[in-house]
Amino acid sequence: MTPATATAQAELTYREAVREAIRDAMRRDERVFLMGEDVGQYGGAFGVSLGLLEEFGADRIRDTPLSESAFVGAGIGAAMGGMRPIVEIMTVNFSLLALDQILNNAATLLHMSGGQFGAPLVIRMTTGGGRQLAAQHSHSLEGWYAHIPGLRILSPATVADARGMLWPALRCPDPVLIFEHGSLYNATGSPAGHDSADITTAAIRRTGSDVTIVAYGGTLGTALTAADRLAEQSISADVIDLRVLRPLDDATIMESVRRTHRAVVVDEGWRSGSLSAEIAARITEQAFYDLDAPVGRVCSAEVPMPYAAHLEQAALPQPGAVVDAVRAVVA
Amino acid sequence: MLRIRRFEERCVELYSATKIRGFLHLYIGEEAVAAGVMAALEPADAVVSTYREHGHALARGVPMDAIMAEMYGKATGCSRGRGGSMHLFDRATNFHGGSAIVGGGLPLAVGLALADRMAGRSRVTACFFGDGAVAEGEFHECLNLAALWHLPVLFLCENNLYAMGTRIDRAQANTDLAARAATYGMTAHAVDGMDALEVEKAARRAAAAVRATGSPYFLELRTYRFRAHSMYDPDRYRDKAEIARWQQRDPIDTLARRMISDGELDEPGLAQLNADVEAEVAASVTAAEQAPVEPVDQLTRFVYADNEGLP
Ligand SMILES: Cc1ncc(C[n+]2csc(CCOP(=O)(O)OP(=O)(O)O)c2C)c(N)n1
Ligand SMILES: [Mg+2]
Repeated sequence: MTPATATAQAELTYREAVREAIRDAMRRDERVFLMGEDVGQYGGAFGVSLGLLEEFGADRIRDTPLSESAFVGAGIGAAMGGMRPIVEIMTVNFSLLALDQILNNAATLLHMSGGQFGAPLVIRMTTGGGRQLAAQHSHSLEGWYAHIPGLRILSPATVADARGMLWPALRCPDPVLIFEHGSLYNATGSPAGHDSADITTAAIRRTGSDVTIVAYGGTLGTALTAADRLAEQSISADVIDLRVLRPLDDATIMESVRRTHRAVVVDEGWRSGSLSAEIAARITEQAFYDLDAPVGRVCSAEVPMPYAAHLEQAALPQPGAVVDAVRAVVA
Repeated sequence: MLRIRRFEERCVELYSATKIRGFLHLYIGEEAVAAGVMAALEPADAVVSTYREHGHALARGVPMDAIMAEMYGKATGCSRGRGGSMHLFDRATNFHGGSAIVGGGLPLAVGLALADRMAGRSRVTACFFGDGAVAEGEFHECLNLAALWHLPVLFLCENNLYAMGTRIDRAQANTDLAARAATYGMTAHAVDGMDALEVEKAARRAAAAVRATGSPYFLELRTYRFRAHSMYDPDRYRDKAEIARWQQRDPIDTLARRMISDGELDEPGLAQLNADVEAEVAASVTAAEQAPVEPVDQLTRFVYADNEGLP
């Protein structure tokens, strides 16, 4: 076994898994480089890129000034110019300063140019709440991005996906956004041979027959905890990890709903106009006659995320609320 | 300045004790800027601040109890527990908040000044931001707009040489920030931000000019943060000798020495000041500990102005 495989098999944190994925991609393809605020000397706002500057140098681990629109746009241009940039935005809230570039350029170039130009870049960012960072650092806006044709949206919820999704994302000719939930960075798990994962399908993380719980990113753990509690009450849940938020893998969801006849969607976004709304609508469109109950939803409360711990926890989807929602549809 | 220093030192302890959470950005080392600027402002003036704003809020007169309670996330906090360290707000002192989007406060300040202009109010809007914000597009858009429309904004760039781990010369092609601001068509110059009296003098002159002309003015306050960017930051990117060099210019020591040599303060007087501040900080902690938390059934309050919580 080479040392490289030895590390690949060991338990890693989610943070290390993303770092390994970046390192691996940079070694495999010299067109790949990482750029963003404080990715180099500081080591990344969440420590993801720590040590990479020393290995790859300042050209390929590129610190940028505070200028989200400029450096995201530059990443799009570099991708058009033949590079394969990985652009890191510290958090999804800051990505709004680059939304113009992401929507009006990255997502449209291929179409507007009649297929002549594309933007094959990866944009990574942190998302989600739970760390008392209040209303400008905690939102889950990946559902907004999942609204945009032309983008592919990934939401790795496991260490294996954190390790495995980057390489196929870089190989993909479309712009790919990867959302890393901030509460997952210290989670540990096995990347078990996953230097490449598929970026088209949802995964069933737990099988059951009474209800389908659909979750993604930060809510996967919530859904699995709820499923454990439901099992104690003799309710067995299928837990689907969406993994890919755009395009959605309808087939996996519908196959499960046709078996369980009930569904609850758990989404850390706000309920109105959310990804959970889209999934509920698709289930009604495609599996209405298989349903024994209306589709349930557990989402974040419709407030800007508050700072105080007890208020923040009350605003976020909790396992207890998922259990209640499941009991309501199973009753 | 002492109030800011002791308050924040206590916050560090409380953070370690997990009483305070979230991001905590300390102002220690930069106190002369807040103290000097706030001394030059009138009560009616508006202040727009950043996430490194404990010092701004305290010097502006936001009660320490309300700030400490906010750090605790309590119902008695100046933002009723919704904001935390980065989002301190206080209407009574026209303190328009703590914004944690770098550069995000500048458009607000321009808008406040525009409203004043349109309503015929004559006041200054003081807008704080860091050297890092100068790289953001919003900075350039806002200086241009304020100059173009002759809006009464006092732009206060706290140049502490770093934006998180990025030293200014690694982010700015031209590090003379005042010179760059001047190209937008406003008076702009740099000030020693480690000297409270120098800051106050410059801020008085600047505020008077804004009041007299109704036009913007830019001060670059050259300062330094003695602590890491936030409690999450291991501070790997700065030379310890550089920090030590700046610490020799501690703004509190500088002022105390000057006041003692001028006969305005003596050692017992300084000790008394320290004791008074310690007592104020201790009282704010006790009050915050005892304060109630916001009931969870109030979670959806303050989302819309005309309701007390839509579902
Ligand atoms: C738009 C945006 N991008 C990135 C960040 C993350 N961030 C928070 S503070 C900071 C550094 C800002 O430096 P500066 O403006 O010099 O202010 P200082 O912290 O030195 O007071 C960064 C990059 C942010 N809050 N907002
Ligand atoms: Mg700075």
